[in-house]
Formats: sequence, C-alpha cells, structure tokens
Amino acid sequence: MKRSIKYFLSIGLIMIIGLLSTGCGSNKATLNVYNWGDYIDPDVIKEFEKEFNVKVNYNTFATNEDMYVSIKKGGTSYDVAFPSDYMIERMIDEGLLEKINKEKIPNLSNIEDRFLDLDFDPNNEYSVPYMWGTVGIIYNKNLVDDVVDSWNILWNEKYSGQILMLDSQRDSIAVALKKLGYSMNSRDRKELEEAKEELIKQKPLVYAYVGDEVKDLMVGEEAALAVVWSGDAVAMIRENENLEYVIPKEGTNLWFDNMVIPKGGKNKELAEEFINFMNRPEIAARNTDYIGYSTTNYKALEYLPEDIVNSKVAYPADEEIGEVEIFKDPKDFLKVYDEIWLEIKAQR
Amino acid sequence: MRMKWTSYPYILWMIIFIVVPLALILLFSITTGEEGGIKNLQFTLDNFKRFLDPKYLDVLWISISLALKSTAITLLLGYPMAMIIAREKPKRRNIMILLFVIPMWMNFLLRTYAWLTLLGKNGLINYIVIKLGFKPLNLIYNDLAVLLGMVYNFLPFMVLPIYSVLIKIDKSLIEAAEDLGANKIKVFSRVTFPLSIPGIITGITMVFMPAVSTFVISRLLGGGQYMLIGNLVEQQFLWVGDWHFGSAISIIMMAFILLTMAITAKFDSQKGEGGRLW
Amino acid sequence: MVGRILRRIYTFSIFLFLYAPIIVLIVFSFNNSKSRGVWNGFTFKWYVELFKDVEVLKALYYTLLIAVLSSIISTIIGTFAAIGIYGMPGISKKIILNLNYLPVLNPDIVTAVSLMTLFRFLRIEFGFITMLLSHITFSIPYVILSILPKLKQMNKHLAEAAMDLGATPFYALRKVVIPEIMPGIVTGALLAFTLSVDDFVISFFNKGAGVTNLSITIFSMARRGINPVINALSTLMFAGLLVLLLIINSRSSKSISERGDII
Repeated sequence: MKRSIKYFLSIGLIMIIGLLSTGCGSNKATLNVYNWGDYIDPDVIKEFEKEFNVKVNYNTFATNEDMYVSIKKGGTSYDVAFPSDYMIERMIDEGLLEKINKEKIPNLSNIEDRFLDLDFDPNNEYSVPYMWGTVGIIYNKNLVDDVVDSWNILWNEKYSGQILMLDSQRDSIAVALKKLGYSMNSRDRKELEEAKEELIKQKPLVYAYVGDEVKDLMVGEEAALAVVWSGDAVAMIRENENLEYVIPKEGTNLWFDNMVIPKGGKNKELAEEFINFMNRPEIAARNTDYIGYSTTNYKALEYLPEDIVNSKVAYPADEEIGEVEIFKDPKDFLKVYDEIWLEIKAQR
Repeated sequence: MRMKWTSYPYILWMIIFIVVPLALILLFSITTGEEGGIKNLQFTLDNFKRFLDPKYLDVLWISISLALKSTAITLLLGYPMAMIIAREKPKRRNIMILLFVIPMWMNFLLRTYAWLTLLGKNGLINYIVIKLGFKPLNLIYNDLAVLLGMVYNFLPFMVLPIYSVLIKIDKSLIEAAEDLGANKIKVFSRVTFPLSIPGIITGITMVFMPAVSTFVISRLLGGGQYMLIGNLVEQQFLWVGDWHFGSAISIIMMAFILLTMAITAKFDSQKGEGGRLW
Repeated sequence: MVGRILRRIYTFSIFLFLYAPIIVLIVFSFNNSKSRGVWNGFTFKWYVELFKDVEVLKALYYTLLIAVLSSIISTIIGTFAAIGIYGMPGISKKIILNLNYLPVLNPDIVTAVSLMTLFRFLRIEFGFITMLLSHITFSIPYVILSILPKLKQMNKHLAEAAMDLGATPFYALRKVVIPEIMPGIVTGALLAFTLSVDDFVISFFNKGAGVTNLSITIFSMARRGINPVINALSTLMFAGLLVLLLIINSRSSKSISERGDII
C-alpha cells in the first residue's frame, strides 16, 4: 500500500515539474483567439506562433450567441474574436469592443471595398472583414427528385426525417420568416409568432438541429436536405459530388464574419498583428482554401485555385444571390427571439 | 482521540466552494439586474413565476418522464442480472461484476459517442438491417435513442447496488422459507425481494438523478431537438446569458432532487447498510 | 436446466449490450475509411492522426495533470477532514456531513453552474486554476466518504494508547491512525482520480482559454460528426484502463475477493 502511494506522489511530482518546464515556465506572450469551429487552417496558427514567437490559445464557439455570452460575462479574456454582422452591432452598442488602430493593419487595403463601411460598423472602427457568404439549402441529387428552389421544400412531408436545420436561432427563424415572405429582421410579434408556428409544424419532419456535424451528415448521405452556410456547402461539395447548393428564390441572408478585439484583452497590439497577418494575401488564401468559405480579401484570390474562384456557391454574382438581407441586432426584441427559439426546441 | 482541528481547512474549503456558490445561485434566483455588483440586484420572484409557464413545465415534465422511463427499464433489465450474478460462485461473481464495472470506467462521452456511430442511417445496425433485406430504420435523433443512451450509461448504477444487497441476504432465511414449503415465486416475493428493497432504492436514485439532469445524452443522441431541464440550464447560462433565470431553474432542480432523495431515504429502512452509494 | 440456459442467454445479451458498442468502436478505429458501417481494410492511420492532433494531446496532458493534482490535494485535505470530523461532537458532525453530501447528491450541472457563478463573481480568470479548484471540490466528499467507515472500524483506544505511551498527537496520527485507515485513503484517492478523469459537466462550465480536458475535446469532436480519431482514442483509453485494472487487481486481488466488491 505504502509503495503505491509513493508511486502516486512521484508521478504527481514529475507532472508538476513537467508543467513548470513546458507550459507556464516560458515567458512567451500568449494570444487568446476565439473563433467558430472549423474556421481556420490550423497551420496558419502555427506559422503565426513561429513568426512572432508567441503562443496562441485557440478556442472555438458554435454560435454567435454563446460567443457573446462568454465575452459579455467576462472570466476569460479573448484578444481576437470572429463574430458576425448583427452581433458586432450589439457588441459595439454595449461597449464590448476595442477600437482598432487601423495604422497597425496595413493589409486592410487588401479587402474588397464592398465589405468595408457596412451598416453594422461604419468606417470599420471596430472590425476587420474575414469571410462572407449566404445561407441556402444543400441537397443530395440522388435523394431529392423535386426542384429545389424555395424554402418550402423544407416543409415537404416527402422528405420527413431527412431534413437538417441549423441549431442557430437567428438562422432558423430567418428561414421561416423568409418562407412566409417577411423580413428576417422582423420586429413584428405577429410575424414572429407565425414563423414559430411554421417551425413547430416542421419539427416532426426534421432529422436534427445541427451545427458543424452537418458536413459529416450530408457528405455521409445521412440526410437529403440541409440549411447551411455557403462556405460549408463548398467544403461538402468538394467531398461529395452528389450535393448541390441552392439559394432559394424567396431571398436569403447575406452575412459577414469580421475579426474584432474584445475589451479586456491583454494583448491589443499582438491582436492587431494577428488581424494584419490574417489579411496577408497568401495567408487569407490558405484559410479560404482550407475551410471553403468566401474570402473578403481580393488579393487572396490570385493564390486560389480556379475552381474555387469560379465557384458559384462561394462567389455568386449579384443576380444569382437575388434578394438579400443582412441581419440586424434585434435589440429589445432579442427576448422574443430567445423565447420563440426555446419554444420550438421544447416542442414535442 | 479528538482532533477536530484537522478538519478546519476543509470546513473553510467547504464554505468557499460549496456553501457560498449555492448561496450565490440562490441569491441570483431571487433577484434581477445586471451581474457584476450585488448593489444593482433587485429582489423579485419573477424568475420562479416564469418557470410556471407551460412551456417550461413541459420541459420539466419531459425530463422527468424520460428519466422515469429509463429508470424503469434499467430496473427491469438490471434486477434479473443482479440476481443471476449474486447466485454465481464467488470467483465467477467477482469477474462478472468486474465486467460490469469496466465500461463504467470508460469515459462517459465515449460511451455515448459509441451509439452515435451505431445508430446512424448508414451505421452498423442499419447496414445489417439492409443486408437482411429490410428498409433502413430511423434509429437516431429520437426518443428511443436518448432513452437507449440513458439506459446504456446508467445500467451499472442499478445492477451494482442491488447486487451488493442481494449477496448480503442471509442464505438461511431462504432455506428456512423453502423448508416451510414456500415455492420459488413465494420465496422471491416474500423474502428475496423485500430484503433487496434498499438496493433497489439506491439503484433508482442513482439512475434517476443523473438521467433527469443530463444534457449531454440529449444533445448528442437527440440531435438538438431535445430540451431537457439540463439543456435548459445550459442554455440559460451559456447561450442566453440569463443567469437569474438559469439559477432559478437550478434551484428548482436541486430542490426536486433533494426532495426525491429525502422521500426515498424514508423508504430506505436499512439506511447506511444497503444504501451504499457505489 | 431450461432456467439455466435462459439465464445464460440473458447474461450473454446484457453483456453484449454493454460491450458491443465498445467493441465496434475499437474495430472501426482500424478501418481504412471514415464510413461507420462498412469495413474497408486495416489501417493505423487514425492513430497516427491522433498523435499528430495537438488539441487531443494537450487535452490529455491537462486531464492527467488535473487528475493527479486534484486527487493528491483532495486526498490530503479529505483525510485530515475525515479524522477531524470523526472526532467531532454530534451536531456539528451532522451539519458537516450533510454539507459534505451536497456535491455528491446535487446534480453535476448545479454544482457546475454554482462554481462558475462563484468564479465569475470573484473575477477569477477561467482556466487551469478554476478547473483544478472545481475538481478538488467535487472529489473531497468522496474521499471523506470512503475514509469514514475505516475510522469507524478502527479501535478507538489505539491512538489514545499510543499517546498514553508518550506519542505526540501528530506522531500517533502518522504511526497509528493513518496506517489503520490506509485502505480507505487509497480507495478515496483512486476514486478521486477516476472521477476527475471522467468528469465532463463540471469541467465544461469551468474551462478557460486554452485549457480543456479529454471529455470536452471528445464532446466538441463528436459535435462535428463521426471521426475515427475518436475511435482510436477510445481504443487507447480502453487499453489503458485494462492495464490499470490488471495492476490494481494483482496488487489487491486478495482484499477485493475478501470484501466481495470492487470500488
């Protein structure tokens, strides 16, 4: 018995020494990055670490909402985060973001003009564009024999148990609002109630509400139809040729994910270095190639293979996108959105 | 030997890390206002009132009914198993119990993940089903999958306590009953079963408690369509950020569990002996 | 006779139910494709990928580090606490024991959010420290609960006799009491270790930037879909578990078979 205790203690000691010599012992500056799952080429992080002789703590989130809560509540200080349009608006309003020193980010000039000065952050005082895209339906040609051109197909009972929805409240409610012909930024209780009823009606047909696993499920042909972000569609089509991406005719959401510096971070200057680094053309190209999303960095396009640059999924022409809306922060209506989403999820 | 003082460090620890945190969520549950300073909090019972809304009561009811179902199934499956093992010879018995414990030591997430690969539309079970000439079944992302996940994860919690009570039953009692002419069914219903009740109660609480508060099984095997009470707490704390309401739900959940424990403890006459926790 | 066969079949099916998923996981960790139903030939590539995966390795490191540290600290605090509680008068003993039971009885998620609230309240940066503190907190009660029965079994007059013979209280503690309750201490330490390795819920709410454990990593991987790397990881963990069990078993097989229970 005594012997085993001694072993136990000595293992502990070795591990403590190990910790001191590897992790905390080094005086390298660390950068806490907070990004969506599957949203960067991991080698890019390694390269940044090497070039600037720093350590990057890379953390992921699944939706804008959980990212917002963890930044708002504090407790962990992130140096760089990647929220979307409406969330950036909310974070600016609530004073959660640092102003970015544009002089430190010369590569801002690589960004295409149409992604700058957008409504949620005029003058880009707080955010630097990263990726953009649309929301649409991806479907498996072998499993769907109807024409897919409308959100209505997600309510078609023929595909019961084969439909995947996004586990993200804004996106799913937007789909229902668009199906009904309303604005996806609706601030009308009646319209939102109707959207809720639609989603509850749809629930028996839905296979699952998913996040990143949508890729695995669609590529593995576990489901026939899914609501996805365009970049994920690119990645999926690359792995399974039977898949096709469609932007429904009722219109869709045009979204932008930008890089921001949350207040409370410890390394603002390093964070700006990182944002600048991410906008080097070849680095932006590598990220784009790896994750499949559409870059906002026009100089990166030169480094990308033809099939990506010409992809209609990733870089659709304006007429192909049709009518689009950009999400706005619901502000005082947020509670209504939260409640509706909860009711949909709790419905049996 | 009286050495009370050796427990003082722990008492301090307990106050900081057990008492204060619970006091904090109790405080948050009966207040509203931005967190950060106690000064800004205002007393209210709205968080509890809000829970009385049918949609939240539904969530509570679904969680309870799923947990009850999984408890019933584990009891039905586990009791015979415990009896079979208890009747084996000591050496064999220990091996069998060890075999029961090994999967329990495997990471809980991995055990749940295992079913994810088995139940999928193109998973192994459906592969066999198709090979046999049937149409593939919808196995995952429904009630059944969540229930299966619970039963699979918690079955050992039911078998082990029942088993440990069964092996302690005095053999001579059974022999005496048999000598007095009782048949097997009578022996079971009049002797074995009543004596094993403490084990059953421990088993029930040990299965019901984690089942009612889980959010992982419902998340992974329920495909995001299941809002159980555990998911509701997770959602309020991590996604919505309404800590006041989240705290109120936690308090309700805690009260519910402690009440259940108190009631079962009342039934548990042989407290302390049969009621071992693991 | 029929009864025996039925019993055999029943036993077999229950064990099949318990082990089939694990065996499938293990088998498919050697499968040469991402497919979850079809066998496509033997490969080690998922293991190679596993060892290249920095995330997993880091998580493994933190899992073990936290498990070792939290089990050592909680065993030390818990042992002294148990001795102290044992010597307490009635009422305060009852209060302490009931409070001690709280983390055991409370649903994990309540313990988790209450600790999270505390850390946010105290403005402690989430990370290694918060995770370690919360693991110690949920481990100590189990350590105490496994030591107290041994104290009850101990002869009360043993330590008194030692002190009568001139031993200081500390000496008596070290030379008489601790050896007497050693089996309980070891059980408690092992229990704390396994609880810590296995914990998901409490760590999930109290993790911080750059610090996760295996459970959290598996959860976030599983949320991204089926990944044979997880299968490879499970196989290694299962093998590790078996080795650990064999070691423990050969060291204490005697005491186990005498007591007739495992933990």
